[in-house]
Amino acid sequence: MVLSVRKWYWVHKWSSLICTLFLLVVCVTGLPLIFLDEISAHWRCDPSPAELSAATPLTNLDRLVASATGKGGIFPGETVRWLSIEDDSGQIWMGLAPSYDAPRGLDHVVRFDARSGKVIHAARSGEHTSPLWLGLMFRLHTDLFAGLYGELFLAAMGALFVVATVSGVALYGPFMKNLSFGTVRREKSARVQWLDIHNLLGIATVVWVIAVGVTGIINQLSTPLYDIWRSTALSGLLADDKGQPMPAQLSSVQAAYRTALRAEPGRAVRSIRFPDGELGSPYHYLIWTKGDTPLTSQLLKPLLVDARTGQLSATLSLPWYLTVLLTARPLHFGDYGGLPLKLIWAALDLVAIVILISGLMLWKSRRAAVASRLAELDVHRVATASDTLHN
Amino acid sequence: MKTDFPRLWGVPLLLGVITAAGLLAGLFGDGVWDVFSAIALGIPILAAGWNAGRRQPRR
Repeated sequence: MVLSVRKWYWVHKWSSLICTLFLLVVCVTGLPLIFLDEISAHWRCDPSPAELSAATPLTNLDRLVASATGKGGIFPGETVRWLSIEDDSGQIWMGLAPSYDAPRGLDHVVRFDARSGKVIHAARSGEHTSPLWLGLMFRLHTDLFAGLYGELFLAAMGALFVVATVSGVALYGPFMKNLSFGTVRREKSARVQWLDIHNLLGIATVVWVIAVGVTGIINQLSTPLYDIWRSTALSGLLADDKGQPMPAQLSSVQAAYRTALRAEPGRAVRSIRFPDGELGSPYHYLIWTKGDTPLTSQLLKPLLVDARTGQLSATLSLPWYLTVLLTARPLHFGDYGGLPLKLIWAALDLVAIVILISGLMLWKSRRAAVASRLAELDVHRVATASDTLHN
Repeated sequence: MKTDFPRLWGVPLLLGVITAAGLLAGLFGDGVWDVFSAIALGIPILAAGWNAGRRQPRR
């Protein structure tokens, strides 16, 4: 802590001032997002979830695709973009588009019972899997409706927030110097009490705040990180195929599914992206597999099954930056420990909101008192430093 | 005047370690570890809340 108290205060003040309003938006919108799955499932009126285990036999995926896009299907002639296996709800979700070239905004999701293949709900283009207000919360929380620029801007705000938090910890020592932990000086002014509460809540929750803050920043980078991965790892593998037309007839997705399971014993399939020139491989099923522990279920591994021949083309290992990203996700969402953890996560989010608001109140009621207090602390600090020098 | 490190940082460091343990426990384990996770992460809230709410002794 080579910086003087005055300089740490300057860093804390300015980083906080710039990011606090945005962080308030992020923390407030984050609160319902903690319960995104529960709220969405309730809103959709889904039947009671029957969790899937790794051993649960799933319905035949080829028949599933046919029931959706085949001649007598719900959306005949449409293109399947992806399939995902939703363990918690016992469902298989299918992303469909009116045609391969249709704008992504027209994508819509059909949800099936994973065991029987029965349709639970067939949404049309424009229908969503979450209530509108929650979707709005999500956009505010992730990109302020500004797409990639919004994502990167919020990442920058997150970085300022981490700077504000770290500088706050640096200030804790000097400001709390003669007070035992938990002291709130009720005999003093309202401002001092707010300061004590700000410091108390801040230092008690700082590890959680930094964990959620840093993982939030990492999450904001997921678009560029996946773009980098696709343009390096994937394009390398596809170099030989460059210029080939996309397959008109796709090989069996059920067979691709089984191929993936055989290639990765002990792992389950999480999702399958159908041939896609932008988000996957134009010639392969891009299949993501997951492990069975809370952590390995997040560390997905990709493999490619050729959609022209049905052959396994490659199993890829995750680059370090995607491993970091996938590890950051559960630590940010707090969704890896069941409902009790989510409730505590929400409580900690509320504490963070109080920290932010109390910070704003402290700044609003600042007076010359702050300047003289800082001068006091600086003199004190210099005296202490020279003490330790001579000891 | 020397800064009393344990008095200043003792409880915060303890809460920090408990928080970190809570965060990681649920990630690497299931079942009882999830419960441990929730309890561990609740402790800093309780510590802060209890202190913020109680009558403060005269120093």
